[in-house]
Amino acid sequence: MGRSELKKEGESLLRVEDLSKSFGGVLAVDGVSFELPSGQLLGIIGPNGSGKTTLVNLITGFIKPDRGRVIYSGNDITGWPPYKIVTLGIARTFQMVKPFYQLPAYKNLIIPLCSPRVKAMAGGKYGERDAVALDLLEEVGFERDSYVSYKVASSLPQGYLKRLELAKAIALRPDLIILDELFSGLSLAEVASIVPIIEKLRFQGKTMIMIEHRLKELFRIADRVMVLNYGQKIAEGSAKEVMESEEVKNAYLGSEE
Amino acid sequence: MEKRKERIDRGIKARSEDIFALSSYREMLYLLVPRAIPVVGLLFLAPFLSPYWREIFISTSVYALLAISWDLLISAGLVSLGQSLFYGIGSYVAGSLNHYYSLPPILTIPIATVAGGIICTIVLLPVLRLRGIYFAMVTLVVPLMFSRLVEATRILGGTEGLTGLTPFPSPWVSLYVIEIAVLVTLFGFRRLMGSDWGLIVKGINDNDRSVMSAGLNIHWYKAQVVFLGASVGCFAGAFGTHLDMFAGMPGFALDYSIMPIAAAVVGGAGSFAGPLLGAFILVPLSEILRSLGALRIVFYGMFLVIFVVGLPEGIFRFLQRKYHQFERWVEVS
Repeated sequence: MGRSELKKEGESLLRVEDLSKSFGGVLAVDGVSFELPSGQLLGIIGPNGSGKTTLVNLITGFIKPDRGRVIYSGNDITGWPPYKIVTLGIARTFQMVKPFYQLPAYKNLIIPLCSPRVKAMAGGKYGERDAVALDLLEEVGFERDSYVSYKVASSLPQGYLKRLELAKAIALRPDLIILDELFSGLSLAEVASIVPIIEKLRFQGKTMIMIEHRLKELFRIADRVMVLNYGQKIAEGSAKEVMESEEVKNAYLGSEE
Repeated sequence: MEKRKERIDRGIKARSEDIFALSSYREMLYLLVPRAIPVVGLLFLAPFLSPYWREIFISTSVYALLAISWDLLISAGLVSLGQSLFYGIGSYVAGSLNHYYSLPPILTIPIATVAGGIICTIVLLPVLRLRGIYFAMVTLVVPLMFSRLVEATRILGGTEGLTGLTPFPSPWVSLYVIEIAVLVTLFGFRRLMGSDWGLIVKGINDNDRSVMSAGLNIHWYKAQVVFLGASVGCFAGAFGTHLDMFAGMPGFALDYSIMPIAAAVVGGAGSFAGPLLGAFILVPLSEILRSLGALRIVFYGMFLVIFVVGLPEGIFRFLQRKYHQFERWVEVS
């Protein structure tokens, strides 16, 4: 199918059609479809094991789907390797932070800054990268002129590692950022200090998907919320609509039968 | 006048490990001396040795090259148990070019370095996605397959090997060819690992999924690492072939796989200088112990065990740490 033909069908930045994946006998993601218009923030919630992270892995190419399609700005990216998908402009963070533990924090960002996507833009040149990396770290809340940006990642506390994970995604200058449980394991104060960073990214026009268990914080910033349970989409809409749905209440609290 | 003790590198290290702020010749000397030791040692020590020890010096350097090559692979998380694959391929490429096409060593060695690197990379390409022990098992098996292939099909001289190859014009030529190669590899690889390319390679070892999600094709980078490592190993093989005037199945022997690993373990992996140091300890040691006959393996094994248990960071890292801990008296104003 040609690029132009795919583009015509809708203006959404990301379109997921009937995406399915099973591990052994378990249907981890079962026929999930949704559309994400450019500039929106979509929250994905659901109980543990409902297939949220698998959905992210399917979109970003870390797992190949059994069925269905992922279309990103007119390209059918289903089954593409992760590095090619990143080059198109989708960046992600990992739920379990994956920094380069042996490298100093700012050197962690050199690796995404070396990617072909960033190299094609300004600021990715050799010799400029250290300065760009330090700027990015300041953007996500590493205090400038403190020692913390030069510390080896393995010695950083969890709050900084989560910020570093976010900085690694921002460093790729993506159009779509997928944040997989960025707030998990953080204190309320730390979450409160990261929320403005996300709001700033939205202001810059980034499209975002956030997977969260912190519903209160998520509902405050999300345009739309999608609920997954046992791999299926059971509700989608504004935060209020979703929380009033019977099915969602059953999924979270257990049905009465 | 009050004085206190202070580490010499205190004023030099600015924030990060690899950023230095030098303000005097003394401070430059502090960084220069450890880097000058291998240069002086490799280039100027040999004339003081007897011809017998000079030969051992050369064969030690061959093992050192294989050990440095092993160290490059391990820095990308690729555990190689088959350095003899590189040695054997380099040896056979150079040997057959010399034997069948009568090319001189000045051509066969560079050709074997590049072509051998390409051959080894292609052979290992299908298993590059494997990690850790799985990659290690394959590298252990591949050189055995090659040597059995030569034995069974009787190509390239079969079990006899290719004999009567062109030797080096003089022992001094061979000595300086290998020592310069060792120095270029040592400093070249250290420089390379300090660059952004090196950061990516270290990142693959640390967390390959994170490198993937940074938009980089990790298999492409692993292939580059294998090519560089294999080329250095093939150079050692091509050099050894002309030195012995012989290319044959012993090129795939286990010695060329085990000794580099032992050297890297004793010297300390991840620095390139460590494996070099390790090779220059282990190979001469096994020569000294030769007079003990069969008992030598026992002593050799004990030596290895003592180092693995007692000094797991390796001799080089230990010396490096001690060097950075040197102190001097500084006036307190």
